[in-house]
Amino acid sequence: MSDQVGASILQTVRRKSTAAAFRAEIFVRTMLVGSVSFSVFVTLAIVILLVRETVAFFQFEEVSLGDFLFGLKWSPMMGSQKHFGIWPLVSGTFVVSVVAMVIAIPLGLVTAIYLSEYASPKVRAILKPALEILAGIPTVVYGLFALTFITPILRSMHEGFNPQNLMAAGIAVGILCLPTVSSLCEDALRAVPRSLREAAYGLGGTKFDVSVRVVLPAALSGIISAFLLAIARAVGETMIVALAAGNVARLTVDPRNSAYTMTGYITQMAKGDVSNFGIEYSSMFAVGAALFAITLLLTFIGQLIRKYFRESYE
Amino acid sequence: MKPEPLQPPKFSSFQHRTLAERNRINNWFRYFCVFVASMSVVVLVVLLGSILFRGTSALSWRFLTSNASQDVAQAGIFNAMVGSMLLCLACGAIALPVGVASAVFIEEYKPKNRTLRVFHGWFQLLIANLAGVPSVVYGLLGLIVFVKMFGLFGSLQDPNFEFGVSYSYQILTPEKRALFLPVKEFAEKAPKPEEGMKVRTASGEEVVLHVIGRSEKLPADAPNELRQRTVKANAKFGPYTAKSWYYISLPLGKSVLSGAFTLMLVILPVIIISSQESIRAVPKSLREGAYGLGCTTWQVVRNVTLPAAIPGIMTGAILSMSRAMGEAAPILVVSGAAYVTMLPQNLMDDYTIMPLQIFQWADHHQPGFYDLAASGIIVLLVVLLVFNGVAVYIRQRSQKSLG
Repeated sequence: MSDQVGASILQTVRRKSTAAAFRAEIFVRTMLVGSVSFSVFVTLAIVILLVRETVAFFQFEEVSLGDFLFGLKWSPMMGSQKHFGIWPLVSGTFVVSVVAMVIAIPLGLVTAIYLSEYASPKVRAILKPALEILAGIPTVVYGLFALTFITPILRSMHEGFNPQNLMAAGIAVGILCLPTVSSLCEDALRAVPRSLREAAYGLGGTKFDVSVRVVLPAALSGIISAFLLAIARAVGETMIVALAAGNVARLTVDPRNSAYTMTGYITQMAKGDVSNFGIEYSSMFAVGAALFAITLLLTFIGQLIRKYFRESYE
Repeated sequence: MKPEPLQPPKFSSFQHRTLAERNRINNWFRYFCVFVASMSVVVLVVLLGSILFRGTSALSWRFLTSNASQDVAQAGIFNAMVGSMLLCLACGAIALPVGVASAVFIEEYKPKNRTLRVFHGWFQLLIANLAGVPSVVYGLLGLIVFVKMFGLFGSLQDPNFEFGVSYSYQILTPEKRALFLPVKEFAEKAPKPEEGMKVRTASGEEVVLHVIGRSEKLPADAPNELRQRTVKANAKFGPYTAKSWYYISLPLGKSVLSGAFTLMLVILPVIIISSQESIRAVPKSLREGAYGLGCTTWQVVRNVTLPAAIPGIMTGAILSMSRAMGEAAPILVVSGAAYVTMLPQNLMDDYTIMPLQIFQWADHHQPGFYDLAASGIIVLLVVLLVFNGVAVYIRQRSQKSLG
């Protein structure tokens, strides 16, 4: 019996000399370093290529850096009267993100507090899958939802809404970001040690006192970084705005209007038949570079906050 | 940051509330929470309900099995479904090994050297940042790197490198049988048929061309072999390109392969992060036991860590594939918005995927096309549901404690 066990062990563990094992070790290590360098390479490639194409964009006569950063007019297709000021695109993105955050942040945070502090296991068993499904639905679905459901409701409530408007796109983006906010916030709230809660209960706090006056401040760094990640997600969201936000470059803060966002402009250019070397083609990359810079900054700050402002209670 | 010492309670209005008042606030807040939290369920139900309501009318067997079309009544989702599957397979085949390998390296090969350790920490930060990059930016990257390949291999219309394609001129005999003249490359002008040219029949047999006058006819008793290789003097050669299923060209162009590579960039960070989490969940004691027996790192990874982490890695992989399946923005950028109505014949062919097809239908902004888009969404969601069901099944089956 024991012989059988010994034989089976010998079969599963291949016997190798130590030297062979070390050779395998070096080989595997090289392969793994190769895979990781791939990610590094991708990051570098994004940065270098976006910079290269953006530089190519600024080589065109019609474009100047000052005009791009401070110009209030974006009209790449207007023949001789081309203007490349990025603010109309930024304003569209801004409006959509603000509307989205007005929806996602309060709802997401309250949902997170409920899930982490109040909800019974039964309620969690319904709520968590619902949120996971919301998070897993492809964005193009939200785009159609914004077009065929949210927009008609908005238009029936108020006549000023365009058939495509920033408000509907923003609401859909907000719904999309809701699970991101709630799950990241919940993680942050759950990471607060139990002893803090027990101390607060011991002092006679109600559940509201404990969760809002003790747990929430303790988890603040995680919550703020969750907000920043959600904003980055809203800024980079593409398919919803491509469908529902409209395609006209307009400097506006009125959510009833239709306007390009930065991502919306990129898809419009990719969709249209712009020549592969023209100024319109290059402008796509300049907008992409700006978008990349904004989202990278938001994610990076979010990570810094989470890393350095975390309250540790160990 | 160090935890601040406990402050003595400040006397604010908060402290002056009676217990009854605070209980009332608590109850009120609880109802508020329930209300807000149930909103997400309501939204989900409304979202799915509105899509189902719109989509079921156009959903039929014909919709599932026919290709896209400009005509609302004829349009189906079959070619988009095949495109999605093809793209996901190609993308997963590349992204999974690279992603899991990266995760293993970051988690299991932590260096002892201090400077290397700093670099190691940077990888982590880098990958978290890569996950936050909008997918449309990856599309722009894919457009330069994969679709055009920096222009190193010529333009899209005239690729420099091709494999698995044959060019020939074809000419028709009076009996409408095709004869082929294989060439390396198409010339500016097609050659003229001449007596004695070596051509091939459709079955690949080499024959010698026989040319007869414009109004001449072969005698009725001419042998079949002669008939087969006889053309009229005014017949014209036309260019004919035969691509095999393994056709490859560089630059990749707007092809399935360039789409798959681009999508790989999008889901790579997702796979790395989820694999890292499942590797981290393997208890340390198992590893230490193996190290104690004198294993090298790779032996530990191969025999201990990976077998224990594989269910988690699989679950994460399937979920990231379902993310890839729903991703439309990068594919929209790399493939343009060509309205494709055919199945892709090889990896270099035009293609469309379900979310992109849905986008194009919705972008028509007409009620009939909205319904089509909704039907497409139902199909897409069912596919995703199957994916996620498999992931949940694997998670349930392999949940054994390693503690």
